[in-house]
Amino acid sequence: MICDEWRSRGGRDYRQVAVTSFLADDVCVHLSVKGCQPRFRDELKMNVNQQPHMASPYGQPQSGYQGYQQTGYGNQHVPGGYPTPYAPYNGPASTYQPGPPQGYSPYASFSSKALATNLVSDLSSPSPLDLGMRGPPTSGPPPVSGTQAYSQFGQGDTQNGPPPMAALQQRPSVSQQYTHGTMQLSGPQSSFNQPFGAPPTSMQQMTNQMSGMQIGSTVPSPAGPGYAPPTVSQASASAAYTPSAPSSFAPSSAVHSQPLPPDSVAQTAPQPFYGAPPTPPQPFPGAAPPFSAAGPAQPPAPPLGSQQSFSQAHPPSQPQFTSAPPPVSTASYGGPPPTTQASHPRAPPLTSQPSTFSGGPPPTSSPSQYPQPMPQQPPVSQPNPFHSGPPQPTTAAGFPPQGGPPLRVPHPGVQGPPMTSQGPPTSQTNHVAPPQPGMLPGPPPVNMAGPPAQPSMQGYPPQQNGAFGQVRGPQPGYVGQYPGQQSYVAQPPAQAPAPAPKRLDPDSIPSPIQVIEDDKLNKGNEPFVTGVRGQVPPLVTTKFQVKDQGNASPRFIRCTAYNMPCTSDMAKQSQVPLAAVIKPLATLPLDENGPYIVDHGESGPIRCNRCKAYMCPYMQFIEGGRRFQCGFCSCVTEVPPHYFQHLDHTGKRVDCYDRPELSMGSYEFLATVDYCKNNKIPQPPAFIFLIDVSYNAVKNGMVAIVCQELKTLLDYLPRENPNVASNIRVGFVTYNKVLHFYNVKASLAQPQMMVVSDVADMFVPLLDGFLVNVAESRVVIESLLDQIPDMFADTRETETVFGPVIQAGLEALKAADCAGKLFVFHSSLPIAEAPGKLKNREDKKLVGTDKEKSLFQAQVSFYSNLAKECVAQGCCVDLFLFPNQYVDVATLGVVPTSTGGSIYKYTYFQGQADQERFLNDLRKDVQKQMGFDAVMRVRTSTGIRPTDFFGSFYMSNTTDVELAGLDCDKTVTVEFKHDDKLSEETGALMQCAVLYTSCSGQRRLRVHNMAVNCCTQLADLYRNCETDTIINYFAKYAYRGVLNNPTKNVRDSLINQCAQILACYRKNCASPSSAGQLILPECMKLLPVYLNCVLKSDILHPGADISLDDRAYLRQLVSAMDVAESHAFFYPRLLPVHKLNVEGNALPVAVRDSEERLSKGGVYLLETGLNLFLWVGANAQQELLQNIFGAPAFSQIDPNMTSLPILDNPYSKRLREIIESFRAQRSRYMKLMVVKQEDKLELIFKHFLVEDKNNSGGASYVDFLCHMHKEIRQLLS
Amino acid sequence: MTTYQEFIQQNEDRDGVRCSWNLWPSSRLEATRLVVPVSCLFTPLKERPDLPPVHYEPVLCSRANCKAVLNPLCQVDFRAKIWACNFCFQRNPFPPSYAGISEVNQPAELMPQFSTIEYIVQRGPPTPLIFLYVVDTCLEEEDLQALRESLQMSLSLLPPNALVGLITFGRMIQVHELSCEGIAKSYVFRGTKELTPKQIQEMLGLMKPGVSGPHGQPLAPHDAAASCRFLQPVQKVDMNLTDLLGELQRDPWPVPQGKRPLRSTGIALSIAVGLLEGTFPNTGARVMLFTGGPPTQGPGMVVGDELKTPIRSWHDIQKDNARHLKKATKYYEALANRAAVNGHSIDIYACALDQTGLLEMKCLSNLTGGHIVMGDSFNTSLFKQTFQRVFSKDYNGEFRMAFGGILEIKTSRELKVSGAIGPCVSLNSKGSCVSENELGVGGTCQWKICSLSPSTTLALYFEVVNQHNAPIPQGGRGAIQFVTQYQHSNMQKRIRVTTIARNWADAQSQIQHIEASFDQEAAAVLMARLGVFRAESEEGPDVLRWLDRQLIRLCQKFGQFNKDDPSSFRLSESLSLYPQFMFHLRRSPFLQVFNNSPDESSYYRHHFVCQDLTQSLIMIQPILYSYSFYGPPEPVLLDSSSILPDRILLMDTFFQLVIYHGETISQWRKARYQDMAEYENFKQLLQAPLDDAQEILQTRFPMPRYIDTEHGGSQARFLLSKVNPSQTHNNLYAWGQESGAPILTDDVSLQVFMDHLKKLAVSSSA
Repeated sequence: MICDEWRSRGGRDYRQVAVTSFLADDVCVHLSVKGCQPRFRDELKMNVNQQPHMASPYGQPQSGYQGYQQTGYGNQHVPGGYPTPYAPYNGPASTYQPGPPQGYSPYASFSSKALATNLVSDLSSPSPLDLGMRGPPTSGPPPVSGTQAYSQFGQGDTQNGPPPMAALQQRPSVSQQYTHGTMQLSGPQSSFNQPFGAPPTSMQQMTNQMSGMQIGSTVPSPAGPGYAPPTVSQASASAAYTPSAPSSFAPSSAVHSQPLPPDSVAQTAPQPFYGAPPTPPQPFPGAAPPFSAAGPAQPPAPPLGSQQSFSQAHPPSQPQFTSAPPPVSTASYGGPPPTTQASHPRAPPLTSQPSTFSGGPPPTSSPSQYPQPMPQQPPVSQPNPFHSGPPQPTTAAGFPPQGGPPLRVPHPGVQGPPMTSQGPPTSQTNHVAPPQPGMLPGPPPVNMAGPPAQPSMQGYPPQQNGAFGQVRGPQPGYVGQYPGQQSYVAQPPAQAPAPAPKRLDPDSIPSPIQVIEDDKLNKGNEPFVTGVRGQVPPLVTTKFQVKDQGNASPRFIRCTAYNMPCTSDMAKQSQVPLAAVIKPLATLPLDENGPYIVDHGESGPIRCNRCKAYMCPYMQFIEGGRRFQCGFCSCVTEVPPHYFQHLDHTGKRVDCYDRPELSMGSYEFLATVDYCKNNKIPQPPAFIFLIDVSYNAVKNGMVAIVCQELKTLLDYLPRENPNVASNIRVGFVTYNKVLHFYNVKASLAQPQMMVVSDVADMFVPLLDGFLVNVAESRVVIESLLDQIPDMFADTRETETVFGPVIQAGLEALKAADCAGKLFVFHSSLPIAEAPGKLKNREDKKLVGTDKEKSLFQAQVSFYSNLAKECVAQGCCVDLFLFPNQYVDVATLGVVPTSTGGSIYKYTYFQGQADQERFLNDLRKDVQKQMGFDAVMRVRTSTGIRPTDFFGSFYMSNTTDVELAGLDCDKTVTVEFKHDDKLSEETGALMQCAVLYTSCSGQRRLRVHNMAVNCCTQLADLYRNCETDTIINYFAKYAYRGVLNNPTKNVRDSLINQCAQILACYRKNCASPSSAGQLILPECMKLLPVYLNCVLKSDILHPGADISLDDRAYLRQLVSAMDVAESHAFFYPRLLPVHKLNVEGNALPVAVRDSEERLSKGGVYLLETGLNLFLWVGANAQQELLQNIFGAPAFSQIDPNMTSLPILDNPYSKRLREIIESFRAQRSRYMKLMVVKQEDKLELIFKHFLVEDKNNSGGASYVDFLCHMHKEIRQLLS
Repeated sequence: MTTYQEFIQQNEDRDGVRCSWNLWPSSRLEATRLVVPVSCLFTPLKERPDLPPVHYEPVLCSRANCKAVLNPLCQVDFRAKIWACNFCFQRNPFPPSYAGISEVNQPAELMPQFSTIEYIVQRGPPTPLIFLYVVDTCLEEEDLQALRESLQMSLSLLPPNALVGLITFGRMIQVHELSCEGIAKSYVFRGTKELTPKQIQEMLGLMKPGVSGPHGQPLAPHDAAASCRFLQPVQKVDMNLTDLLGELQRDPWPVPQGKRPLRSTGIALSIAVGLLEGTFPNTGARVMLFTGGPPTQGPGMVVGDELKTPIRSWHDIQKDNARHLKKATKYYEALANRAAVNGHSIDIYACALDQTGLLEMKCLSNLTGGHIVMGDSFNTSLFKQTFQRVFSKDYNGEFRMAFGGILEIKTSRELKVSGAIGPCVSLNSKGSCVSENELGVGGTCQWKICSLSPSTTLALYFEVVNQHNAPIPQGGRGAIQFVTQYQHSNMQKRIRVTTIARNWADAQSQIQHIEASFDQEAAAVLMARLGVFRAESEEGPDVLRWLDRQLIRLCQKFGQFNKDDPSSFRLSESLSLYPQFMFHLRRSPFLQVFNNSPDESSYYRHHFVCQDLTQSLIMIQPILYSYSFYGPPEPVLLDSSSILPDRILLMDTFFQLVIYHGETISQWRKARYQDMAEYENFKQLLQAPLDDAQEILQTRFPMPRYIDTEHGGSQARFLLSKVNPSQTHNNLYAWGQESGAPILTDDVSLQVFMDHLKKLAVSSSA
């Protein structure tokens, strides 16, 4: 219970804090500085003092925490205390909030922080956490509490985590980042400002962070602590700093506090620091001095370092901490202080967490701590080592309140506590590491392997084992990191043993759901205005409105990083992919305006003379408006007289806001004849339907269904003006091993069928009458569609051709001299004698061997050549497959995927059962807006250039993406590489121009502009990333990789790159933390879980039951997915519908994709983007079942139903509405499958519970996290 | 004894045979010295209203390599019921059904008047006639409309049970399925790709039993009716086909400026042949190609689609500048041979102002017995009536066409057959009566004549193989038996057997008799066919030289003269016209290509080698009638001197009918005297040639080009180019003023020709 409360509080608090932190800007900083500094200082001092104390035993830290809490908050060990403190803090202190804010701020600005917490939690906690988590159950209450605590923290952690992370990160880059961050924040902050109550905190945080940054990692932690403690810590930090390295710091601090602006950050001193920060040692040094300056604490300094990390990690907890932190800071400070004086405060918490994680600390302290926390938190928490850990650190007293935080705290706290308890803070940091084993093993740690050995450590080992069991890896990692910490370890070891035993608690590791929900809360409420360069947009899972003020909407372009490294060295160092996921023709919600159409007259769009970039807001008008300078290549171009306009005093054109191309991120130009093929205005495009009428296709009902549907569907061909009939002409072909063309000319009394048997050398037998206007030829067409099923009803032809079918469509379009789209409805492997004939090469024995890649490659080169021709003609191919055995999707899919088409696959198609899905897909596919014969080109600022493209298209050179067809769902992922330096002032610009023929035959140019920031500090990069987009990129990169590399290599390189990204972060942005801690950037804290989903996907890690066709199908499917779809694809949405609130519009909060989250009494809806599952627990309430299925009992539910019965009760209605709304969101219709618990279908369902281990050996989230940690540690060592 | 002329006439009437010599020299040496080979013109289906077919099988000689048919020349032992074959002297018992035979009860085939007899036999199931229309759609709308109507009309002329098929082509080829309801189906092929017969049949779904067509019905390959959705009984698909033809569109593919439409005649024909080959092998069938221009793409292409490249002329061919010629010819020859093997004939109806590639395609008809019709447009009566006449019926109400003929020749021992010239292909049947020396299509004793009409006539050449020192017993006769199996248009299988015999004569002692037995008309035609046959493969001048040499040799052999005294040269009556025939032959379009396109030459030659003697003679030496107030119409010399101001001339060249009004008549006509009551006689005079022309038009196939012209008219050139230029601008005044019209030519006149001939014949050095 307590835990829950904590969680809720913590969570809320965090959020609030976060918000405030965001809101808080410079102003905030000021406030906070003024208001808080003193405290901080005091606290710092306290901390320092405490730390020493801490150092000695946990008790101190704890006390520190307690003290902190107490001090800061006054009394409250207990939550109760928090409130008050919070009140003060929050309100005033906002500090409290800060805690969260940190989290947030970190999130926002330092997204990394949050991650850090997670990391922390993962790392350190993993063991502890797990322990907690798992432990809980076993251990019973304690673990539970622990888990809960964790979970709380976990979530909180995220928040907290972030903060810490942020803190950490911030540190390194912090100064700059901060500035940037602040800068950036300013945007958000503005809003924040209002909230300002928090400002101070934010300020503090900021300052803290700043200081932390400067200081080293400390600041960050402060930031974390910032919240509550932060302030204190920060104060302290700042104080410390000032004291310690007054001069240098002063500036920095000064800068930080006020100037915050990056620039200020830039301060030489700080920078050095920062610079230094990157390398842990340096930061430390720096930090150390400060610390030392700080005084007592400094000794802890080293720990601080570690702590910091922790602290950062903790930061999440910080919020709690804030409340608690303060206390902590005070109290723990003693311990933490060392870490970072300022940050440390938080750090401590963090550290404490880490420690908890480390378990090592927890062990000793943990018990004690736990108890404490536990008390505070639910009793359970106590049981958990973690809790204990955290609690301990925090000290039951202070922490209790922290309790909420505690959870995290636990980890941190634990660590912290451990720290405190055992080896003071230092140990804490270590703790983290100590985590254990690491710590203890520390020495052994090195022996990552050791960890296991460490088990000997007892406490640790267990923890590690437990948590990391799988975690071990991590532990090792920890260990590795630990080395330095060893000393700590030493201490923790002893302690560790106790806590160690536990497993990593799933609740303690970053939760996608939490992140998604947080983002919804934070960003879902107000429009996303694109005017400011480099803003990270809301997540794809968040519903938000976009206002185009100069940059393309995230619906069109999403970047992996909104703050790009200035140099290629940085980029290489970080390994963060620089990519943009572009969906040029995305459909916008009704409340957003589509791109305006701009007509520049006969001379065509105004373009830069040199790079040919189109007129856009980045063009700088000079010389009174007579010329403009290109933002991409800096070339100066004359403004044509007809386009001339005067400039106002700011240098803007007077008509700037009247012209979309000068004020918007996305718009369209009308293209002139120069932009048309052969300099001829294009003909309206055509749709050709090619229907397989072989035995299989007729028998499974496809032919009849398609013909029936086309009769009505033809009225809904895409058109631009809904009041005018579509210009698109249609044509029909049926085929088996020969092709039948139909002449449906309006003047004919009956359709004419023309059989072309010469499939070896395809041609179109008729010119006039094949492609017709639907309205004119309706009667003939209907007569044809009526007759086709009858004509072939008795066919015995089982062989089909495929290559000639596409050739036929292509030739028809060539003959009509227009672009268009082919809809091919195909049933079987084309084995008839014809070009493109295929043989059955299904051989599962190849899976897992080096030859596996050949299964993804086309069997013959015929289709790639054909695709080339198709693209040249603007012939887009959509393939609907109805196989009941192997059809070699890898080969058949070559043309669709090279021409911007789609593949739909309906295995074992049954007319009745699958009709709905197919028809909905078909309708959508026919009706959707699309462009034809498109060419896309991405231009960028000098300094970077697009180097690689992923998606469904063809490229004949290195720059032009040629798309025979481009529909509103198709996405192209573009990767950028540096070829020079970018500058921070100008940022990086990109312009994506798509030249296409609209469905009415108009030639147009759609232009999307995007500007992102550039940074010289890695932390800024890590703070402005978007994990979903990165995953989108990785998936596409990997899925293409399997074409040419053994799958295993692809997996390894993915893991390796991610490890490098995270290690780089760890090394450069979170260095002060303990090596044993897993610290994730806030923005990337979900990277491991998502990456694991990618690695476990059927393509990279096939189970025994997945067919080669399905793999090829999915591989090609993913290659053109946008971020929203890839997100759902890799991390399905799992909705507890039994918690459905029938009244409102709100959806219940999703749960994580793990079987553990399923309640036997619940009903869950799982959405993967391709399928919908309704999982019914065996113990689901009768009423619920009655409401949903109209079935009185579980046993009477028909598992074969594909749609829910229409029942007249609000629950049923609402559920069906939800299902429909889900379907509406996806480009493909999702078939509903009802899965009863324990039913055989459940296996399929479980496949999508991606946080669990899967049957084919895919790692669980926890295991994978540990593995990642190990990888990272190896990289770092 | 009647005169030879009567004998010849009588034989022709009875047997349809005209021999060059009606007494045969008894040795090889003598025979070769006669210059004109022992040969004959044989009209297998010569109409014999008086000849009722017999409904039983012929009786064959039992010797395996003889198999001659019992005929009136056989020695019969009525008592022993044995007959001796007059070719191999094998003694054969009569079959049991002849048990009642006696001297007073003889079967028809033993009666002398039945030297030609026709048997109706039962061989396999009767197969309906097949007409496969192959229609070019690259036509002007007007032309296409006319063609559509002609085709629709033709449906009513077909026997109701005949199978019809329709293939249309332009840039693509469409094979129309005729038996479908609700939707018109066709199989489409591209016009540029050569397909093997197997591919074609596969693509049309005609292969492999059990393989289903689009309808999924299994096809039984040899069940004719079921197997071919493309060939259906007229009575069944009459309406469908009429609609289909009515909806026939011009080829829709755009023809850019400066280009010819893409016309895939080659592939269209190969598909037609392939289709029939796969469905109805060895069944009588007509592929009727209607084309409005030259093939411009794919195999068999005659000219590219660039209008700036004109279609090949004789000049190009002589310069070896016709790049598609050889390839196309080879392609169509292969096609023709395939069709011929299966007994399918191919007609070509080519109507265009320019050439249509008949030169390359002629073998299609030449080898398969098909018709070639050449006109300017489908929208002319020439085409319409000609086409209608294809379906004309005889006095029995039966079509004047027969299919799948196989002509087999049996000779007595002293003779061997050297070859045949006519619309036939060799069946490569080697037998004891096959000569090693080939003349025309030789090396065989069997020929296939895919399509026969009553006028179809073959020239057959023989070789006397009897050695000089092996005299033939007095009274010995040489015999030839012609056995023609064919499918009658009423679906009956028939065998017509003609047996002729001629006396042997010793050339040493009986040269006058031999000379008297000379049939100069037949000889002229037979020699002309040899000349034309040579012209196909040799240079024009060489052929003329060869002809001249033959003529000179003949004159030397039979002329009476004093050495080196041309004026003393005399020819007997039986040879007197022969030099004149040769003179006109030399000037004919069959050997002269000047002023004719290659297509025209091919067209003329095609008809020349398949028409009977009378028509052939008209072709060699056109007939000229003169109409005047001075008397009834009379034949006049084909000479410029016959062109007089007060005459109306009617010239029949077979291909053209020219009515020429003399200068005065023409002026009168312009003055419209014929409209005046008092000049009724003038009106009648004007009408007389028209009526006569009409009479000719009624019976002639193909319809001749009808030309009504007058003195000074541009069309008068048709007349002026034919007449013997006895008066030219060179000798106009030398010949006095009294009559005739001068011809502006440098050609030699008959008089000059004769002078030279005499000189050469009497020359001792020649």
